[in-house]
Amino acid sequence: MQALTNRVKQVSRKPLSFWERIYLPAILKGMFITFSHIFKKRPTINYPEKTRPFSPVFRGLHILNRDEEGRENCTACGLCAVACPAEAITMEAAERKAGEENLYREEKYAAKYEINMLRCIFCGLCEEACPKDAIYLSETFAPADYQRKQFIYNKNELLIPHPINEPEAFKKAQGGRVKRETV
Amino acid sequence: MFLVIDTALIIEKLSLIVVVVLTSLGIALYTTFAERKVAALLQDRRGPNRVGPFGLLQPLADGLKLFFKEEITPNLSSKFLFTIGPALAMLTALMTSAAIPWAGKATFFNREISLQIANVDVGILYIFGVVSLGVYGIMIGSWASNNKFSLMGGLRAASQIISYELAMGISIIALVMVTGNLGLKEIVQQQQDNNWWNVVYQPLGFLIFMICAFAECNRTPFDLPEAENELIGGYHTEYSSMKMGFYLFAEYINMIISSAVMATLYFGGYDIPFVNDAQLQQGALGDWVALFQVLCLLAKIVAFLFLFMWVRWTIPRFRYDQLMNLGWKVLIPLALVNMLLTGGVILYFNK
Repeated sequence: MQALTNRVKQVSRKPLSFWERIYLPAILKGMFITFSHIFKKRPTINYPEKTRPFSPVFRGLHILNRDEEGRENCTACGLCAVACPAEAITMEAAERKAGEENLYREEKYAAKYEINMLRCIFCGLCEEACPKDAIYLSETFAPADYQRKQFIYNKNELLIPHPINEPEAFKKAQGGRVKRETV
Repeated sequence: MFLVIDTALIIEKLSLIVVVVLTSLGIALYTTFAERKVAALLQDRRGPNRVGPFGLLQPLADGLKLFFKEEITPNLSSKFLFTIGPALAMLTALMTSAAIPWAGKATFFNREISLQIANVDVGILYIFGVVSLGVYGIMIGSWASNNKFSLMGGLRAASQIISYELAMGISIIALVMVTGNLGLKEIVQQQQDNNWWNVVYQPLGFLIFMICAFAECNRTPFDLPEAENELIGGYHTEYSSMKMGFYLFAEYINMIISSAVMATLYFGGYDIPFVNDAQLQQGALGDWVALFQVLCLLAKIVAFLFLFMWVRWTIPRFRYDQLMNLGWKVLIPLALVNMLLTGGVILYFNK
């Protein structure tokens, strides 16, 4: 028969020779192969103690960003909610009162901002849609939970830690992603 | 030899029994751990490392888990035999340790104690007898479970052990021809005096004995009685909790004992290599030699245990007909040839 590719290998149907038939050399060879694996590097990582670095395009839980003075960036324009293909984002806008300038960067802010993490597909379109650098997908996972309602994250859970009061937590929450995008 | 039976002797033997049984149980406990670690090492994994430092408390956690599992007795099983099975497997596994000499002699409380539970004149035969009883534990357990797969496992175990015991026995005959003695202690002493271990005189016999020991212990490549992926665990399919634990444990104790037997028969037993033990004992070291002898035997046992595991994680299981072919058509003729050759050589040199 004509071979379809040049990768065909003819199977050898020669009867086994004496050395092959007593199998012991083959067994010894196999045993030394397994033995050599003792000295190989293990690909496993001791997970809870060590973690693998995230890939630069990893998209995890959302964070709501603040500027360097700790004011919320979000103006509740609703573009993220419109962009969201899974319709996971809802919000309610409110007007900034006098004396709240240190809390919100612009005159309008989100009084309520909720993301349903069970609906979210972590596509990152909200991040792309946002004109105010207010929402980012961070480098954390959504933790497991026993109840569905726990997966609807409210504003308190989404907000990034205050950059002046908790600078370290702020840095950590920003991760590599926010920096890359803002610079 | 005339044995005076008094309280001291009973205390001596009882404490020996307790120590030997507890040690072999302890070693068996950690052999399960070593098995998992070795398997992991050979497969580029890490193995259990969560419980305690390096996972050293893992066997305790496993034991606790087995104890707290629900114990299920199948409705249609024969209840009495169902309980007897694992007990018998465990009992026979532990009984074999009685005839193994763990070291020479030591003096405790002005009493010269030979570190062997019973110096049976027919040591090898005793071990053979008890090991063959071990298959009853498997057979009874598998029959009593009233489960097809269990019964298949039990039948496989029985036929396999019977087939391989023959070759094992014949390979031992050749060894006995060399040593001229059946007592394990005498065999070890001879090896100490000869400077050569028996494996030098009986390499083929050792190979046959080792292969048969693998088969007797139901270890891969001969683990057809258990064969997880064919028989869902074979003879212990229906077992749970500590009864199952007993079966698994008995297997590991069997491994330890057959390692000890192989070390004793072919690798000088408690003999310390490259050293004259008797001279040492008379010299400065005194009774500490006995301790080194025990350690030596343990080291040899550990080496064999590693071999058991190494083979298990390298070689796949035999097909059933291959198993029987190997046993009846290869090992028994080989053992016979080995026996005849040994006999011929001995006759030739003794004229």
